[in-house]
Amino acid sequence: MTTFNLNGRKVSVHGPDDTPLLWVIRDEMGLRGTKFGCGIGMCGACTVHVEGRATRSCITAVGAVAGAKVITIEGLDPEGRHPVQVAWTELQVPQCGYCQSGQIMQAVTLLKDFPNPSDQDINAVMAGSLCRCMTYIRIRKAIKLAASRMRGTIAQ
Amino acid sequence: MNNLSPHGFRSADEPSRRGFLIAMIGAGVMLGYARRSLADQSTGSAGELFEPTIWYGIDRSGTVTVNIIRAELGQHVGTALARIVADELEADWSKVKIVLVDTDPKWGLMLTGGSLSVWQSFPILSRAGAAGRVALIEEGAKLLSVNPLSCTARNGAVRANGRSILYGDIVAHGNMRRAFTPEQLRAIPIKAPSERRLIGRDTMALDVPSKTNGTGRYGIDAVAEGMVFARPRIPPTRYDSKVVSIDDSGAKHLPGYIQSLALDDPSGIAPGWVMVCAESFAVASQAADLVKVTWKSGEAAHVSESDIQNRAAELIADPKGGAMLVEDAGVDAAFASAKQNLERTYTTSTVMHFALEPVNALVFEKDGVFEIHTGNQWQSLILPVLAKALGRSQDKIVLRSYLLGGGFGRRLEGDYTVPAALAAKALGKPVKMICTRADDMRFDCPRSPSTQVLRMAFGDGGRVIAMDHQAAAGWPTAVMAPSFLPKDAHGVPYDPFASDGADHWYTVGAQRARVLLNDLANRAIRPGLLRSVGPGWINWAVESFMDEAAHVANADPVAFRLRMLDGVGRNSGSAPNAVGGAHRQAAVLARAAEKAGWGRAMPKDVGLGIATTFGQARSMPTWVACVARVRVDRASGFVTVEKLTIVIDAGTIIHPDSALAQVEGAALWGLSVALHEGTEIVNGQPKDTNLNTYTLLRMGGVPDVDIEFVASTETPVGLGEPATTAVAPAIGNAIFAACGARVRHLPIRPDAVLQALAHRA
Repeated sequence: MTTFNLNGRKVSVHGPDDTPLLWVIRDEMGLRGTKFGCGIGMCGACTVHVEGRATRSCITAVGAVAGAKVITIEGLDPEGRHPVQVAWTELQVPQCGYCQSGQIMQAVTLLKDFPNPSDQDINAVMAGSLCRCMTYIRIRKAIKLAASRMRGTIAQ
Repeated sequence: MNNLSPHGFRSADEPSRRGFLIAMIGAGVMLGYARRSLADQSTGSAGELFEPTIWYGIDRSGTVTVNIIRAELGQHVGTALARIVADELEADWSKVKIVLVDTDPKWGLMLTGGSLSVWQSFPILSRAGAAGRVALIEEGAKLLSVNPLSCTARNGAVRANGRSILYGDIVAHGNMRRAFTPEQLRAIPIKAPSERRLIGRDTMALDVPSKTNGTGRYGIDAVAEGMVFARPRIPPTRYDSKVVSIDDSGAKHLPGYIQSLALDDPSGIAPGWVMVCAESFAVASQAADLVKVTWKSGEAAHVSESDIQNRAAELIADPKGGAMLVEDAGVDAAFASAKQNLERTYTTSTVMHFALEPVNALVFEKDGVFEIHTGNQWQSLILPVLAKALGRSQDKIVLRSYLLGGGFGRRLEGDYTVPAALAAKALGKPVKMICTRADDMRFDCPRSPSTQVLRMAFGDGGRVIAMDHQAAAGWPTAVMAPSFLPKDAHGVPYDPFASDGADHWYTVGAQRARVLLNDLANRAIRPGLLRSVGPGWINWAVESFMDEAAHVANADPVAFRLRMLDGVGRNSGSAPNAVGGAHRQAAVLARAAEKAGWGRAMPKDVGLGIATTFGQARSMPTWVACVARVRVDRASGFVTVEKLTIVIDAGTIIHPDSALAQVEGAALWGLSVALHEGTEIVNGQPKDTNLNTYTLLRMGGVPDVDIEFVASTETPVGLGEPATTAVAPAIGNAIFAACGARVRHLPIRPDAVLQALAHRA
């Protein structure tokens, strides 16, 4: 059995420790905003936060997050209004939308590490997040918009 | 359903031949077209004749609910279609909702592809909105006790002499029964473009919020009580594989493993499939790796990419066979008398869809009806196949609608619903099948490899006097819907989605375009429709060749093209879809060149390349021009795309911001397919099955992208794909401009650039 904290709630799962965290979150916990894309940690659609760090849940065994705090897209903000989510909506970033939970979760940690990210910072940190619709132009713009608001240079 | 040309798609639903009915249903009003068979009778009692082909409804709160028969796969199509209705209806946009409908015969053809949605629906939904407006004004006038002629409708209310009544109140208090004959419907005035209040203006797409907070529901998110999870074992060849034996002893120790089921598929979609079933997907996936299956495989086990391409060359070399897309007299004579001839061969590799949501389906039987829960682009095509597979009539099968985690043509095929349905029937339980990425790739219907040979004949002074184009590839439509193949003048069928583009708008003298089905490709793989379909690879040849031809003619590539885009004869265009003809293509070409600084000196190893296309089909042209600026590293052959400048004329733009998003995505798709993607078939299977080796464009490879739309009130045409078609040849031509290396194969790999550099004249 593995116990961890999911979106502020203590949860326990009884399956094997090597079950990918992704399937625990989706099928046991019923939180389906986190997506399955490649299964080898190379598309980023399954990105969640483990102790505040962007983590690929498809290649993370549930046993590895025992006792840790895990946040999914559903737990990022109670109203779904995290500055990154607001910027994403305002700039109409998503197309098919399937990768966007992962993109948003990755972008949130990017802005923790780089509050004023350069294009190179964005290229480097977002490189692991694939968007098949190719919404990259708007992802970049939305990251910069969210960054400026979170630094307080633009009023929300 | 008519043939697959854009013309055929629309004529099936031409509203001018159908009546329109408005009826009170429950607590609201429903509005929709009568079926044609009933429309003839629509002069009778409307109440009896109401045929619920319902396009939208208005309830007593004034909420307008528009039913969307198209799939939401990233284009925000529901928003665009609802804007068309709401504009003519003069609805209050804040009260407009959309519903993605499930399959039902009443909707007619359910297909989302070919960049057809807005073009096809615009006239239908405009009339539907206008008819509703007329009826609301008539009924509102009665309730206000005024003459309808003194009334106007605006923002969800009917107004007259300083008084007004909301649409919801008209529905609540009026008697909204109304039938329009086809003649009456035609007589309703459609608003002039200057009167539009929603079309052409930006709004927040209705599907976006759910895609930022995790609440959007895709097929993979569908659940049912008591469902069993399944992961397939995909057989070694797409066709003719048979299961010889299954040994699941290695999986039996896994808690939650249920069984491995060999499918018996009367529809022939999933021959040799084994479904590994478990209580969770994690276990099903693990078990599938442990189950040993022995197959007897089909012919494709011995077919690889080079075999397919060799077959293409063989077909092209044989003057017999194929279909004639363009066939002028005097082509051979012109080549024989030419001052100079140019011949070049262009090829493209297999390309995968890689929709990020792997194909999946949840299927269960409830009250005698099989429910198929998944995202799909062409429900009307898969329903009869499911009927055959399940041995049920189509009215006992329904496809429920979900968001699509990418379509790009992959989900025009509904093949992935069949194995899940067969397993659900066999087990008598809900079955949720999910393909892993590798499963999805091996089960893909990829873009076929292609080979094209182009020839041009030049007369005096580099004047173009003839052109010959031979194109061979797998034909998707021959697999998916062979009865819909149109025929050439000799009665030979051809696939428009493996032909469009060769019938270009250049005036080239005597012209011939012959298209050939690569039969080996169609036997070895299942060729599919990939974003921008034929024009995606055909224009790679046409526009690379035009660049080469310009250099032979000693002409500037822009000036050379402009001379041939003269809008004369068959290239003069026609109403309603191609008003202006080649003149509009010339206009986008000239504008893109101007914006990109064409003709200016470039730094060393940097070059500009240009290409222009007409999007998806001659019968529905979207005029596109692209200038690529690239930098070539001569030591490594590595190409960096620095900027793409795109000018596009798609007629009337319904939703500008979504249109821009589509062109942004399409442009980067073009770049991805030009430089990053591509695989090869090895023994009937794609060599690359995941991101460890299949590469796509990522953030760091995105150039500066400058997109400009031509302001227009012409017929709205396609937008989802067209920009894709001009990017690869623009990049190839830019590489030549930068360093003199001519590349003729997609994708463009660094070693090909190095090789071309070494072979420079």
